[in-house]
Amino acid sequence: MRTKFATAIATLALLLATGLASANEGEHAGWQRAADNEVANLPSLQRGARHFMDYCSGCHSLKYMRYSRLAEDLKISDSLRDSYLVKPGDKFSDYIKASIPAADAQEWFGKPPPDLSLVARSRGSDWVFNFLTTFYADAASRQTGVNNLQLPGTAMPHVLASVQGVKTAVWNSVEHKGEDGKAVVVPEFKTFEPGVVGSLNDEQYDEFARDIVNFLQYVSDPSQVERQGMGIWVVLFLLMFTGIAYMLKKEYWKDVR
Amino acid sequence: MSATMDKSAGGFRAWLNKRLPVDQFVADQLTGYYAPKNFNIWYFFGSLALLVFVMQIVTGIFITMHFKAGEATAFNSVEYLRREVPYGWLLQYMHAVGASFFFIVVYLHMARAFLYGSYKGPRELLWVIGMLIYLALMAEAFMGYVLPYGNMSYWGAQVIINLFGTIPGIGPDLVEWIRGDYGIGDATLTRFFSLHVVALPFIIALLILLHLVALRQVGSNNPDGIEIKEKLGSDGKPLDGISFHPYYTLKDIVGVGLFLTAFAIVVFFAPTFGGLFMEAPNFEPANPSSTPEHIAPVWYFTPYYAILRAVPDQKMGALLMALSVAAFLFLPWLDRAKNKSIRYRGLASKLLLGMFFVTFLMLMWLGLKPADGIYVLLARIFTVSYFAFFLLLPFVSKADGNGPVPDRVTYHAH
Repeated sequence: MRTKFATAIATLALLLATGLASANEGEHAGWQRAADNEVANLPSLQRGARHFMDYCSGCHSLKYMRYSRLAEDLKISDSLRDSYLVKPGDKFSDYIKASIPAADAQEWFGKPPPDLSLVARSRGSDWVFNFLTTFYADAASRQTGVNNLQLPGTAMPHVLASVQGVKTAVWNSVEHKGEDGKAVVVPEFKTFEPGVVGSLNDEQYDEFARDIVNFLQYVSDPSQVERQGMGIWVVLFLLMFTGIAYMLKKEYWKDVR
Repeated sequence: MSATMDKSAGGFRAWLNKRLPVDQFVADQLTGYYAPKNFNIWYFFGSLALLVFVMQIVTGIFITMHFKAGEATAFNSVEYLRREVPYGWLLQYMHAVGASFFFIVVYLHMARAFLYGSYKGPRELLWVIGMLIYLALMAEAFMGYVLPYGNMSYWGAQVIINLFGTIPGIGPDLVEWIRGDYGIGDATLTRFFSLHVVALPFIIALLILLHLVALRQVGSNNPDGIEIKEKLGSDGKPLDGISFHPYYTLKDIVGVGLFLTAFAIVVFFAPTFGGLFMEAPNFEPANPSSTPEHIAPVWYFTPYYAILRAVPDQKMGALLMALSVAAFLFLPWLDRAKNKSIRYRGLASKLLLGMFFVTFLMLMWLGLKPADGIYVLLARIFTVSYFAFFLLLPFVSKADGNGPVPDRVTYHAH
């Protein structure tokens, strides 16, 4: 009875603790998808780095990331690094800066494009994936002509339009109960229809976006692949240590009656 | 006994012991200290708390070499540590995950005292000193959370420091004194850094020492809650006691191994623990003009945070929150049972304690949730049941905690 009580309490605590771990995840809208990227997939990281340098780094910096570290971790040779990765005028040991001057960006977009070093950590990889895949044509957006499901009203133009094309969004009208109890009609996203066609089909574009997300996840925490590789050995060692400690304890405790 | 034997030996050891009572200390504290032989898994967490404390100090020393307190420098220096200092990521993750594991271990250590009545006489002061450690630890953890100066650091500090503003009379001045400025900024970070790395570690170390001295004075309680000192053998030693060394030192090492395995799994494979140990908004630099969608303190503060938000009036909420922490201090005098251990108390006591554990965990969960809809209602219900525990305890414990207890501790040889 008494040990059962203690065990019951311990089990309950454990169950609730695991429940806590998922407590601060928000609700997902139907169109949101998981990025499903693998940060240990080196070719994907290399492709992601190339796409990032081609399409993103004009405006977005990676201010905590050096070209040299990037090349080393992604196994990019020194000659490829210097001829394709490092921007003209930069040294290979420099941090990766945006090409456009911040003041110009402020004027062109209304706000400076954010640094993306930590975006995969602060927003999450899924968020970035959904942001990259849910641009659609929106005439109401006068400045860029596009809008985004993940970040409505984004100041960012659809930079990847030549690759993805520009989708058209189809909306349902859904009745909601407003704050004052009266019914309000709110548009709810239904589906995308192909509008302007890009150079990649839908599946290829998802893969393209996934590589960028994967790369950004690596950049947000560059030690993660090394860390996980090392972790396996640390945990194995500790298990062995615990096993030996347990046998030693058992040997001594034989005397205790 | 061993001390006199060693003194007769010559050489360095004799020279040393004449000047520093090393052997005497070992005999008193380890080989000659008798602890009950029936400790179960709940008795691992005291030594583990000490281990985490040492780990936090050691990793903290190295982190201090790279951290730069200041509005413009703090966030960048932590990223620099994670990215460019060799094994800096290991130091930073061990320290941040260590803070959460410290609280896991301390909460389990406290739960043990609840289960077996370890706070009851003659261990009241031991419990009170432990609670002071807990309070100092909360202050230490809070300041440590502010230091990296992410956006949740900033807004969390904003909420928590402003709570002091609800104190009548001195409130607003006190808030300014804590921040060192009209808003959170440079002055706040530098003073928090000083308190986090110098003042509070000293205070906690001193309190831990007092906690251990008080423990040696009264001896450990055990799962049966009976005093082993009352049944002595012909040699004057407790019949149900075994020497701390080698028995419990070896047993604790097994606990250390299991603990470090769990710790390493989190540090190496999930250091943010799904945003629970390191919250996602804290990977954005502090930004006074952008409030995170939903401000929540780290999980170990959320039970109290849930109580704070359950009350519509902020002043009353802050008062209740302070009371909910302070209530622990009075536990030894609220529990009026003759028996210590839950094993020898009635069903009502068991249900009451079970209710309290469930309440604490539910409040912890609710504190992480946004304060709207059903969550507010639930937080109110569990706030009531939280305080109901302390109010009912004197009556329930008096009524059903007096049955017969065994003569000797329950122990099955393995």
